[in-house]
This record gives sequence, structure tokens and C-alpha cells, in this order.
Amino acid sequence: MTGFVEHLPILTIVISLFSAFTILVAGWFNKKSCIFIFWLTLTAQFIMSFIILRRVLIHGPIHYWLGGWKPPWGIELVVDSLNAYILIILLFLSLACAIYSKSNIEHELPGKRVSFYTLFQLLIAGLCGVTLTGDIFNMFVFIEIFSISAYALIAARGKIALKASFTYLILGSIGTCFFILGIGCLYSVTGSLNIHDLSLLLPPFYGNKVVKAAFVFFIVGLSIKMALFPFHTWLPDAHAFAPAEISAMLSGIMIEVSTYAFIRVSFSVFTVEFLKLLPVFDILCWVAVAAILMGSVMAITQVNLKRMLAYSSVANMGYIMLAVGISLSAVESPWGGLNPALMHIANHALMKGCLFLAAGAFIYKANLWHITEFRGLARKMPYTCAAFVLAAISMIGIPPSAGFVSKLYIILASIEIKNYFFVAVLLISSLLNLIYFWRVIETMYMKHEEGGHSSHGSHGMKEEIPLGMLIPILLLSSLCIVMGIVWLGKIPIPILDQVNLMFGLGKVP
Amino acid sequence: MAEWLMTEIFTKYNYWVSILLMFIGFYAIIAKDNLIKKIIGLSIFQTAIFLFYISLGVVKKGTAPIVSEEMILKGYAYVNPLPHVLILTAIVVAVATTAVALSLIIRLYEEYGTIEESEILEAIKKEGR
Amino acid sequence: MTLTVESIKPALALACPLIAALLILFSNRRPNLRESWTLIAGLFQFAIILSMGPVILEGKTVEFTFLTGVLPGVNFGLRVDAFGLIFAITSSFLWMLVSVFSIGYMRTLKEHAQTRYYFCFALAIFGAVGVALSGNLMTLFIFYEILTVSTYPLVAHEESPEALFAGRKYLAYLLTSGVFLLAAIALDYSITGTTDFIPGGHLTLASASRPFLMILFLLFLLGFMKAAYIPFHSWLPTAMVAPTPVSALLHAVAVVKAGVFGVVRIVCYVYGTNTMQELGLGVMLASLAAVTMIGASLFAIAQDNLKKRLAYSTISQLSYILFGVALLSPMGITGAMIHIPLHGFMKITLFLCAGFILAATGKKNISEMAGIGRTMPVTMLAFTIGALGMCGAPPVAGFISKWYLGLGAIQSGYMVFLAILLIASLLDVVYFFPLIRTAFFETMPSQELLPGDQGKTVPVFPGKHQRLEATRSIYFLMFLPLSITALLSVLFCLFPNLFYILGLARIAVREIFGGL
Repeated sequence: MTGFVEHLPILTIVISLFSAFTILVAGWFNKKSCIFIFWLTLTAQFIMSFIILRRVLIHGPIHYWLGGWKPPWGIELVVDSLNAYILIILLFLSLACAIYSKSNIEHELPGKRVSFYTLFQLLIAGLCGVTLTGDIFNMFVFIEIFSISAYALIAARGKIALKASFTYLILGSIGTCFFILGIGCLYSVTGSLNIHDLSLLLPPFYGNKVVKAAFVFFIVGLSIKMALFPFHTWLPDAHAFAPAEISAMLSGIMIEVSTYAFIRVSFSVFTVEFLKLLPVFDILCWVAVAAILMGSVMAITQVNLKRMLAYSSVANMGYIMLAVGISLSAVESPWGGLNPALMHIANHALMKGCLFLAAGAFIYKANLWHITEFRGLARKMPYTCAAFVLAAISMIGIPPSAGFVSKLYIILASIEIKNYFFVAVLLISSLLNLIYFWRVIETMYMKHEEGGHSSHGSHGMKEEIPLGMLIPILLLSSLCIVMGIVWLGKIPIPILDQVNLMFGLGKVP
Repeated sequence: MAEWLMTEIFTKYNYWVSILLMFIGFYAIIAKDNLIKKIIGLSIFQTAIFLFYISLGVVKKGTAPIVSEEMILKGYAYVNPLPHVLILTAIVVAVATTAVALSLIIRLYEEYGTIEESEILEAIKKEGR
Repeated sequence: MTLTVESIKPALALACPLIAALLILFSNRRPNLRESWTLIAGLFQFAIILSMGPVILEGKTVEFTFLTGVLPGVNFGLRVDAFGLIFAITSSFLWMLVSVFSIGYMRTLKEHAQTRYYFCFALAIFGAVGVALSGNLMTLFIFYEILTVSTYPLVAHEESPEALFAGRKYLAYLLTSGVFLLAAIALDYSITGTTDFIPGGHLTLASASRPFLMILFLLFLLGFMKAAYIPFHSWLPTAMVAPTPVSALLHAVAVVKAGVFGVVRIVCYVYGTNTMQELGLGVMLASLAAVTMIGASLFAIAQDNLKKRLAYSTISQLSYILFGVALLSPMGITGAMIHIPLHGFMKITLFLCAGFILAATGKKNISEMAGIGRTMPVTMLAFTIGALGMCGAPPVAGFISKWYLGLGAIQSGYMVFLAILLIASLLDVVYFFPLIRTAFFETMPSQELLPGDQGKTVPVFPGKHQRLEATRSIYFLMFLPLSITALLSVLFCLFPNLFYILGLARIAVREIFGGL
């Protein structure tokens, strides 16, 4: 087990923790240095994630034994193609949010810079940990790490954010408790905590009620974490009132890492054979449909832009879960197995990240929260609004954007299993998305400011946001379109096909 | 009947206690208006789960799992230490969560002057946002 | 088997408007530079597209694939065949003319947000030509949606409440129809494994059950609401609040023609005439078209707003194309295919005239236009030419297409179709003739009379100093395009093979019917 690359997984987590501490200490001496330590660490992590992905694609999964203890006694970090894929998405969006936060943070949270970056780094550490670990109890620990950091970060702005964070805390803790219960049930039956080991030990016990109960506990616990209907009630307020970058991180990464955990638990711990025994995934599909419709409809009724985007996240988690639910039955490449779900995880991170950062930009510039206040905004902040439009087009699913491709794949998968109702739901939800996004775009571009703003040309003063905030937004929004074409060209599909192969989904060769 | 009671209830009493505590905690979280009581409920809930875990590791007539010459010589049975370790971790996590929750309550009190949930919600509605 | 030529020309033709759009965005501060990008790109695009004509006339097709294997059996690529080239030629040529007109129009009225206007225009042409040159349904869908989204800012350009409402209605109709189209494409793909356009269709009766195929056709039809057939037509008259060059674009060039283009593609290249015949879908489509042809004409008679009347006229004329294709006969389909460009030229003439009148005099309603033939004689002459063509009278191009359509009706064997065609043409006369009469033969309101005209009833061709058209130099930019299109409308009647139109249609029909 030699070679530098083998150590990268643990290094990714460790430098996060280390830098969190360093930021805290350095912050006592020099407040300005925090952001640079933060950026340095994140860039290093991002580069490492690429090296890890390359390694995994060429040589196969990386197994790292913490402290040299062999599993199942010791904790193991396992990086396969699924992990590496999620890790890159995670770190990319974190990096974008980090660049964004440099300009935003003084405005949003005056004087709390040091603690903010410390907690942010801890958040990233927790997320990386969940992604990379191969031990289920270790997963719980890292889930709690990022959750607690999130509780604190959401509450950073004070007032309503405090209450939102408190609700999230209660619900999130309950969710994690269910997760532990599941672990406990599994441990009582098999005596092991290692994910791979469990998958080997569990098959004789598939009929056991305890195992089934454990599975249900896992599902419920993780559903609370990823805000799947009907456990989504904490999400709108938490995402709406968190600081801009944290909202982007929440919607773009945290709930998606929870979906990753769901996939990992369902497919790696309880393998496909078990899932075929219970009709759980069928029920999951219907719950997801409810999430899609309810999220979209609730979003239409919102006046607060960030709350609207939060409900849209609920709907998108519905898309991902629907794709996961039909992954057992849909086998044709390239939309078979987990491909649409994983594709949408990546796309949603990009789109939602961009939208929330743009929403944050509006608040930064003019403290605009409500959609009605956005009149004529496009004249003052043309680039931000253009980015918003591009990301919205991707969310609605207009070709050739990224959102279109993932929706197309889910539609094709639904047609393959001959469930036309899901197709109809997806198409209707696209139209619902159109309604609430177009309202915002129309207000931004078409309505004039009250007070008789001159409508001749765009020679008015442009009060655009600082470049540091603008670049991540523009980057993410252009990626929405570029990734659409990349996905159409099926460039990242080999990674996803490896995932399907690993789990035994998709076409059996 | 007595046999059923014996096997299902009395021998598995640890699970029943766990479940009972879970329900009490859960009830407290949902039904109580005072934020501190909610946190207490959450703590009870988490404790119930810890008890569940620890009781899993019980070995009849087992002693504390500390390796010593006497134990090896006389072949004593010892309680499974792994659940204890897991629960220690979980307790630490629960403590951290409770700490964050309590600090949130303090800040909420500073902002709104009350720690009753319904009153806070009313205050939020009044502010409008 | 047609030979395929791999060439980058289709992609270049698409790149022109796309690059122009970006350059327009960056030339915000310098209007003359900005306008020149549009004109240069239009010229290049038309040249490239026309240059593919001879190759296609030999019976080959030109292909260019961007991405292979997007889905198994589906590429994201362009395939230029005869029918697609007809539409592409129409779009690209008329873009140039409408752009020249736009410059005159926008600057006369000192319109706001001109950069956005030209930017969206270029993107819309990108979408339209993309639709024309698409090789399969998936590619067509992508460009189709780009067309919808890029034309929205043009429709809502005025930013008044009516314009915003029109824009919303426009999007609601067209994006909903996009959803239906996507569903239809996905279903088609799932049963056949391909979405390619094959002359004679890739769906047969063996593909799926009869009810399934019929419902699929219905979904396809719903997916092409851009074709503005009754009952999904009302977005079009409402969209007339857009600036007139946009209406010209919507009506003659891009959006509506993309709709009928799509339906023709479905009938001839996805279903195929045989399958359509056996499913009885031809009669269904013909009935729908007939209802629209006659119904829209009836609506047109009642309209006072000139642009709205022209809108309903367009709805009616589009259904001529659907009608021709529904006849499932070679003559009928030829008539439908050539009606796309010919109607385009004629309708653009009419709209450009209406726009010129609006810009120069501010008049929108027909009742206000009494005697306008006096002050704007050449404009109204062009308008008359266009109107004659609409009615199908020689020597204007409309005669040719109606001739073919009539022959097609006879060829199909149902005399009732011929009767419908004649009734519809008659109705066209009913709503165009009063317009011309009002313009030329009624006296103007007294305050607008030219000096020396008091008491005269017979129009005399006024001198140069009296013609409104010649008063400002910028009017020339508006005057020139409409004269060109009117002239071309006449030329098309005399030389139907201008721009290869008739030849291409003949080849396309030959392909569809498999060499009959």
C-alpha cells in the first residue's frame, strides 16, 4: 500500500481539520489571513480530488486503513468512482463559494470572519469525511460534524436565522438518531461496522425483521437530512436565512451528500438483492413524486426569493430520489441504473449554487429579498441577472442546458419501465418551474423601477457586484450550459457506468 | 401467557425501556413549547438510543472489559467494549449538539426576550420577512 | 440511396448568427458597428446556405455531426436535405432584409434596448436555421426551444403591460407545447430506437399499436403549437404587440414556419405518407387545417388593427401548408413545401408595409388608413402585390403554390378538399380587398390632404416631394426591403426555381414518395 496517492483521502480530510484550527489561531493575530489559508486549503483539496479520481478510474478503488488497522476492526476509507465523483463536485462548489465569500463576508457577517471560516472549513471536513469513509459509524460521526457546523453557520446572521437553525438542529438530530439506530440494529445482527464487511455478512439475514427495521431507520434518518418530503419542513427557513454562501452549500452540497449517503447505504450496505426483496424503492418513487409536485407548487407561492429557491431544492431532491427509485428497473445505457440520479446531483449543485450566490448578490447590493423588489434590476446588475437567467433556464430544463439532460434521462428511464405517470409528472414540474422562475426573470428585466426610470438604452450607472463575487456566479452559470453539452457528449459517463457496474445495476454485460 | 410475558417483555426489558424513553423524548420535542424542554427531550431521545446500544453489548456475568492477567488466567467473560466506544463517540457528538442548541437558545433569548416557541414565532410573523 | 457528403458548411451557417449575437453584445456602445455585424453575418449565412443548393439538387445530403451517440442511435447533428434547405434559404435571406428594415424602423422610432433586440434576433435565426438543418428530432427539439426562448424578449420588447402579457402568453403556449414535443420524441425513441428523419418515415404500423401511434401523432401535433392551428392559435394575434420587424420575423420566417416545418417533418419524415394513410391521420390533419383556414379568415375579416388582420391571415395561410401536407399526394406536398418560402416573401411584404406605415405615420388601424395610397404609393403598391399573392392571383407567387395545392387536392381524390381550398381563397379576397380599396380609393381625412388635392377623388401619382416615403433618408432603409420582397414575390411566380425552391421541393417529394 505504498504511493502518495493512497494517502490522499485521509489527507483531504485532515488538512481541512487542521486548517480549521489554523484559521482560528491565525485569526487572533491577523484577520485578513483567514481567507488565504482557507483558499489555499480548498485549492489543495480540489487538486487532490482530481488526482484521486484519476487514480480510481485507472487502478480501481483506493482502500486506506486508518492507523494501519485492518478492517473490520479498524476504520477504513474507501474511495471508488462514486466517492471520487461526489468529492469533486463537493470541492468545486466549495471553492466557488469560498471565492465568493471574500467580498461578501464583511457585508453579511461583520466581525465574525474568523469563526465563519473556521466553521466553514469544519463543514467541508465533515462533508469530505462522509464522502470518503468506508465505515458506517464513521459516516455518522462525519454527518454530525457537518451538521453541527451547519447549525452554527445558518444561525450566523441572527434573528430569524436563529429560529431556523434551531428547527434544523432538532430535526437534524432526530434524523441522525435514526441513523444511529439503524447502525445499532445492523451491529446487533452482524457485529461489524464496515460497509463492505456488512454487505458480505448481511445476506443470510435479509429476511430478518431487525435488518428490515434497520433499513427503514436509515431511510427515514437520511430523508430528514436530505429534506425529502415529508421531512423537508426545516429546509425552507434554513436555506432562506443562512448567509449566501452557506445557502449555496446547503442546497448544492449538503443535501446532496445526504443523498450520496442514502445511495451508499442502500447499494453498498444493503445490496441490490435486498432492495429487490422489499418494495421500498417503489414507495420511494411515489414519495419523490409528491416531493416534486409539492416543492414546485409551494415555490410558486413564495415571495421571498431565497425561500422560493429552497422549495425548488425540495423538488429537485424529489428528482434525484425518483431517479434513484427507478434505478433498479431501468437498465438501458446511458440512462440506466444510477446515471440520471448522479447526473442530477452534479447538475443541481451547479445550478442551485449559482442561483443562491446570485440571490446573495442581490441582497449584498441592495438588500433585496422579495421578488417584487427586483424591478428593473437587470439594468443595474446585468451580469448577475444574465447568470441567473442561464441557471434558471437550466433548472427549467430547456435544451441544451445541463438540467435538460438530466431530466431527459429520467424521462427516458421512466419510459423504459413503462411508467408514463412519472413522465407526465416530470414534464408538468418543468412547466411549474417555468412559472416561478419566469416571474423573477420578468420582474428583473422587463419591469421598470418605480419612479419613472428612463427607458432609453442601458447607459445608466451599473452598480455591479465586486469581481470576486461575480466570477464564481458567472463561472457556475456558464458551466450550466457547458455541462449540458458535455453531458450530451457523454464525456463523464464512463465514471457513472463504473458505479453502475460496481453495484450491479444497469445492463449486465 | 406467562411464558409470552417472560420471553417478550421481561427478558427484553432493555429494548422496551429504550423505546419508552424514545417516545418520552420525542413527545417532549414535539409537544413542549419551551425551547429548553425541547432540548431536554432531544437529550432523552438520544440517551434512549445510547441505552439501546449499550444493552446490546451486555454479556451475562461479564466483567468490565479491561485486560489483566487475572482475566486471561481465569478466562473471565467480559462485556463487549465496542458499543461502549461507539456510544462514547455518540455522547460527545450529542454534547456538542446540545451545546450548540443551548447557545442558540441564549441568542434567541437575547433577540426575542422569550424562549417559548410560539411567542418567538409570533414575533417573527410581526416583523414580516 | 442518397449519397451523403460530410461538410462543415451547415455548422458554419449556424455559427454565423451565433458569433454575430456575441459580437452584437459586445458592440453595445457603437450602434453602427453593431448593426453591421448583423448584416455581415446574414450575408455570409445566406451565401453558405445557397452554396449547398447545387449539391442537394444532385440528390445528395450534407451532414455534419456535433456529438455522436448522445443516446444510442441518436446523434446531435445536422443533416441538410432538400426540404430543410428550402426553409434555411427562406430564413437566411429574409433575415438580411428584415435586419435592414429593423435598422430603419428602430432608429425612426428611437426604440429602447436595441442591443437586446439585435442579440435576440440573431439567436432566433440561429434557432430557426438550426431547426431547418437538423438531422433528427432530438436536434430539432434543442433548436426549437432555443428559438422559443430567444424570441420571448422580442415579443415583450415594449415592456408595457400588454407586451408583458403577450410575452407570458407566448411562453405559456410555446413552452407547454415544447413539453408535449419532448414527450412525443421520448416515446418515439422508446419504440423505435431512433429519432432520425428518413424520407418515408421511420415509424410503421409494426412499431406500435394503432391507438398508440395515433396518440403519438396527437402529441407531436400538440408539440408544434408554433404552427398556430385552431384552437391553439391565440398566442399569435396577441404577440402582435411586438415591434413590426419582430412580427415579420415571427410570421414569415422563423417561429411559425418552424412550427409547420416540424409538422411536415413529422408527416413525411417520421410517419411517412403510407403510415399516415393507413392510420387515417391524413383526413384528421386535413380537417384541422380546413377549420383553421376558414375560421382564421373569418376572424380576419373582423379585425381593424392591421397587424392583427395580417396575423389571422397568417394563421389561415399556415394551415394551407398543413392542408397540403395532409393531402398526402405529391402535388399537395410540393405545394405545401413551396408555400413556406412563397408565403414568407408575400407576408413579409405585407408586414413590412404595415411597419413602414406605423413608423412614418403612426397609424395602426385600417380605418385610419383612408387614402394612404396617395402619400405612400409605392408602399401600397407593394402591399397590393402581397395581397394579390395571398389570394392566389397571378402574377404573384401565391398563385403557384395554390395551383399545386389545388392539383394535390384533385390528386387525393376528395373533391371536398378542392372546395375548401376555393372557399378559403375567396375569404382571403374578402378581407384583403377592402383594405386596398380604403387605401387607394377613399379620400383622406381633410387635415392630411396634400396641397392641391382638395375635391379630387381619383388618385394621381404624386411627385417626389409629396411622397411620404421619400421625406427622410432613413425611410429608405425601410422602403428598400419591402420593395425587394414585393419584386421577388412577382419574380417567384415567373421563375419558381429562383433560389432553387421548386427544384428542391421536387427532389424532396421524390425522396418521400420513393421515386414515384
